[in-house]
Amino acid sequence: MIHFNNVFKNYEEVAAVQGINIKVNSGELFGLIGPDGAGKTTLIRILTTLLLADKGTVTFAGKDVVKNYLYVRNNVGYMPGTFSLYPDLTVEENLNFFASSFSTTIEENYHLIEPIYVQLAPFKNRKAGALSGGMKQKLALCCALIHKPEVLVLDEPTTGVDAVSRKEFWAMLKKLKEGGLTIFVSTPYMDEAEMCDRVALIQDGIIMDTDTPQGVTAKFGQTLLALRGKYKQATINLLRSLPQVKNAFPFGDSIHITLTPTSSLTELKKLLTTENLDCDNLKEIDPVIEDCFMDLMTND
Amino acid sequence: MEDYVIHTENLNKTFGNFVAVNNISFNVGKGEIFGFLGANGAGKTTAIKMLCGLLTPTSGKATVAGYDVFKQSESIKKTIGYMSQKFSLYNDLTVWENITLYAGIYGLSNKEIKERGNMLIKTLEIENFATKLVESLPLGFKQKLAFSVAVIHNPQIVFLDEPTGGVDPITRRQFWEMIYQASERGTTVFVTTHYMDEAEYCDRVSIMVDGVIEALDTPKMLKKQFNAASMDEVFLHLARNVAEK
Repeated sequence: MIHFNNVFKNYEEVAAVQGINIKVNSGELFGLIGPDGAGKTTLIRILTTLLLADKGTVTFAGKDVVKNYLYVRNNVGYMPGTFSLYPDLTVEENLNFFASSFSTTIEENYHLIEPIYVQLAPFKNRKAGALSGGMKQKLALCCALIHKPEVLVLDEPTTGVDAVSRKEFWAMLKKLKEGGLTIFVSTPYMDEAEMCDRVALIQDGIIMDTDTPQGVTAKFGQTLLALRGKYKQATINLLRSLPQVKNAFPFGDSIHITLTPTSSLTELKKLLTTENLDCDNLKEIDPVIEDCFMDLMTND
Repeated sequence: MEDYVIHTENLNKTFGNFVAVNNISFNVGKGEIFGFLGANGAGKTTAIKMLCGLLTPTSGKATVAGYDVFKQSESIKKTIGYMSQKFSLYNDLTVWENITLYAGIYGLSNKEIKERGNMLIKTLEIENFATKLVESLPLGFKQKLAFSVAVIHNPQIVFLDEPTGGVDPITRRQFWEMIYQASERGTTVFVTTHYMDEAEYCDRVSIMVDGVIEALDTPKMLKKQFNAASMDEVFLHLARNVAEK
């Protein structure tokens, strides 16, 4: 459905994206996962015909996005990272405006937005600028869906959103996907990768891996240990000073540790016992996407 | 009581009929890392603004570094450091210009600015960027620089409002190491975050729901209290319960 083929883009001397290849299948919920400045917005803007690539091509439903920009604009629903609706129009006026821009009406495609719009309906006469953050987001999603796009493109819809609202937003995306929509979404939250069918991990303009979330973690290929306990910088520093330890990162209530290829868990346990650290809390765990992301970053 | 750096008692703020902060009472100790969590719209920002001396409370009591938020807000501003995710540094000034600007605002002498500024640049290993525009710094460095600038005057308290949003996972962890170093130097850290793993790094955590502090304890005790495996579960439990009311 979407195909980025060797895409490059520079902003003056800054290389924003460098040779990006991504294929998104029809009906897929695809996540572009990476921190600020990784190149996520650049890729999304190239796809949505708002920016030209320096090199490489992007096709949408088999059509080149530069030559067929009108087709792309008519068939892609785009929700930008910053709130881009008209703050001085009401909820209903905004939605009407976007519907009529695409020569359709709210009535014609109401079924697409109904589950989301019912939560907004009590505020339909309120100006969009006066809505709460969560409601603005729901309105933006409705406006992106009202022309019945084939693909929904969302640029960091959950940035700055609390943990509960983030879960609710992903539940909405899942429902839309089940309705047959293809979704391309970017996020800096690594834990959200688990909600996607497939993900691309992006850092410094380069894709480090593209796979299913399970596929990414399966490739971790090394033993991951977790040492539970209250955060102590001294413990982390001690672990990092050991030649047997490759990486040691704080991770919530634990420290996640990877070992150098020749070291073993028993060896580490012995070492930690001599340092008076309680090894009862040390155990082997399965990696999550964030472990993989950090590992890929440090392997460069 | 004397060791508390932040002390609030039934602190209240209303806007018209809307109660943004509803009688919150809590204390934060010296050098403590205090996580201030809550859903969007729970009243966190209003509470922080009152503690920073930017907003006068409607009623109640609060002291920050011993100063009264009602009468001594100017003294509070001089005693604290503040860093937000969105606005922290001037992109169109150089690294050095940003340092001298903020250090000057915080009242350091020219000699101190030079000494601490150079030290800061050395610690962050950004010697090559000192005379370059902040714009040209990689994002991770920007956040670390913003934090270093916010504590350049060795404030008693530093307020961090979502300092790690959008930052890569390794820099995020390096950022927390800086928080710990500041805490070891005796600076109290008051921090908000949407990353629930970061809640685990705090000494104590409060969770605000609809203007009220619904829970306040160490991460360990909160997990025990709500019979939860992680802080994420604790947060969901509290915030979602209210959403369903």
